[in-house]
Amino acid sequence: MDGGSTIVLPAKRRGLRTALRRYFADPYAVVGCVIYVVFIVLGILAGWLAQYDPTEILFTDDGQLAASLPPSAAHWLGTTNLGRDIFSQLVMGIRPSLFVGITAAVGVSALGTAVGVLAGYFGGVVDTLLMRLTDVVLGLPFLPFVIVLAALLGPSLQNVVFSVVILLWPNAARIIRAQLLTLMQRQFIEAARVTGASHSRIILVHILPNILPLSLLYGSISVGWAILTQASVSFLGFGDQDTISWGFMLQDAYASQALSQAQYNWFVPPGLCIVFVVAAGFFLSRGYENLIFPKLKQ
Amino acid sequence: MAELIAAANLTKHYPTSRTTRQMLRGERPVVRAVDGIDLVIQRGESVGLVGESGSGKTTVGRLLLKLTEASGGTLNFDGAAVSGLSGDSLRRFRQQAQLVFQNPFDSVNPRFTIRRAVAEPLINTGVPRAERDGRIAEAMRLVHLGDFHRYADKHPSELSGGQLQRVVLARALVGRPSFLVADEPVSMLDVSVRAGILNLMRELRDRLGLTALYISHDLTLVRYVCERTLVMYLGRIVEDGPTSEVISRPAHPYTQALIKAVPRPRTDQSREDLPISGGLANAVSPPSGCRLRDRCPYAFARCAQEVPALLEVAPGHRAACHLTSPANAAAA
Repeated sequence: MDGGSTIVLPAKRRGLRTALRRYFADPYAVVGCVIYVVFIVLGILAGWLAQYDPTEILFTDDGQLAASLPPSAAHWLGTTNLGRDIFSQLVMGIRPSLFVGITAAVGVSALGTAVGVLAGYFGGVVDTLLMRLTDVVLGLPFLPFVIVLAALLGPSLQNVVFSVVILLWPNAARIIRAQLLTLMQRQFIEAARVTGASHSRIILVHILPNILPLSLLYGSISVGWAILTQASVSFLGFGDQDTISWGFMLQDAYASQALSQAQYNWFVPPGLCIVFVVAAGFFLSRGYENLIFPKLKQ
Repeated sequence: MAELIAAANLTKHYPTSRTTRQMLRGERPVVRAVDGIDLVIQRGESVGLVGESGSGKTTVGRLLLKLTEASGGTLNFDGAAVSGLSGDSLRRFRQQAQLVFQNPFDSVNPRFTIRRAVAEPLINTGVPRAERDGRIAEAMRLVHLGDFHRYADKHPSELSGGQLQRVVLARALVGRPSFLVADEPVSMLDVSVRAGILNLMRELRDRLGLTALYISHDLTLVRYVCERTLVMYLGRIVEDGPTSEVISRPAHPYTQALIKAVPRPRTDQSREDLPISGGLANAVSPPSGCRLRDRCPYAFARCAQEVPALLEVAPGHRAACHLTSPANAAAA
């Protein structure tokens, strides 16, 4: 009776447990979740795990600059060419990544849902205007736009989040609009209208709860994109120079020619961290997708 | 009896997509879903609206409930123009006119409990919280779900189709409406529970004195609950009369075909050929004159030239066919 694209979520409250069990039946979802939990815990404990201030220039006991030291008990991942502790930088770099990832996810799903719901619900001119706007935004080149925005507004984490939200909402908006169009054909929406529900009540009470799973999916996909963008922008040197992030570390290593000096301990760990967090974001959304579109799995 | 609903020349055209050529010529092709119908429903009357898929009967129901705006014509509900309703007057109208849906599984929000689903009209029309439980229990008793507390906190997925259709009926009745549109109310139900719902509707008609419009392709349903029947074909009403008259003495060739198409319980019985064949004509460019003429075995020259008017063939029984119109009868 339902179309294949209709969201199926257990309506019962005790369905949460069933839903969780189904979610974790997907091995990718488990891996993604484990990676996230590890990074979130490390991020919370970062201040305590980092033995040194990540920007502090360190000296050895004999008064020499502690530059380019190999990994040791004192410096788990060695030091940079300016004598900074790499492990401390790595764990402190979790925080800006998580901040960017989570705030961008909230922003993308909120804006995408708002636009998608308004376009799909009201249709007509509203729909045309909003959808042409999303077409325009979808046509913007991603990284050049972020760089120009960073140059205009100044390099900061907030601006990275802002530009990621500006660029990523159209995908969410399109999918949510499509979902809304199928939802509008359901008779219970018509039933709400005929019993006298106002537009705002239909949207908030009857439509949003049915759309929310999809917004969350787009939020979780945006986490990876946002972290990747922040790293790229920092690597290209348009990031906030006062914030130690993984992208900043890579840029620092690149500028100091760490590769030609075989300082793998410097640039491999932040690179791997980015890969892990971004991949975990996609794994999570994959498991989540299986949960809300169970029919796709077959 | 007073008129509750009076529609004159009610029309609903849906725009269709245009080709570049049509756009350049400034043409705006439309689907004529409802093409100028006159309809009066008296207070307390149960009217059936029959016709095949695509005849526009559902659109008529949606127009009467202001779920879609008419493209032309006038529609009065209880003496007030429906098109002018907004704000408070619209809310009062929504309380007065209710709809029972075809698919009970789809017409209750899957996330709502039964209690919330039935409470929805009361919340929307501002019935105080204290009164709601009593009103819900009253509506549930009306539809014979008296042991309401057994269902109150269940979700639609836990109920059967018949139970759910009773819930939909309860939701329609909880606001104490004066007018009910039932759009194919039993066609999604198993045959075994149809009779129960039909009996319930008949009982409600007698008990509450509801004015109702039953939309169906199924003549047996209409025969069971309606005292008057309208037959629609391609956006127009072709026959209108007391149900027993329409079924025993159908005046319009289309109605005759509909009645012959009703399945009979005996399988060994030879079936008469249907007097009409083919499918519904195109509602974007319908045939000129009588819309049935390309399918009608009796069609003659006049049918292509002149749109037949809905004229009386017997007291209270009208049909739109040149064969039965007095002028032609005189000539023949």
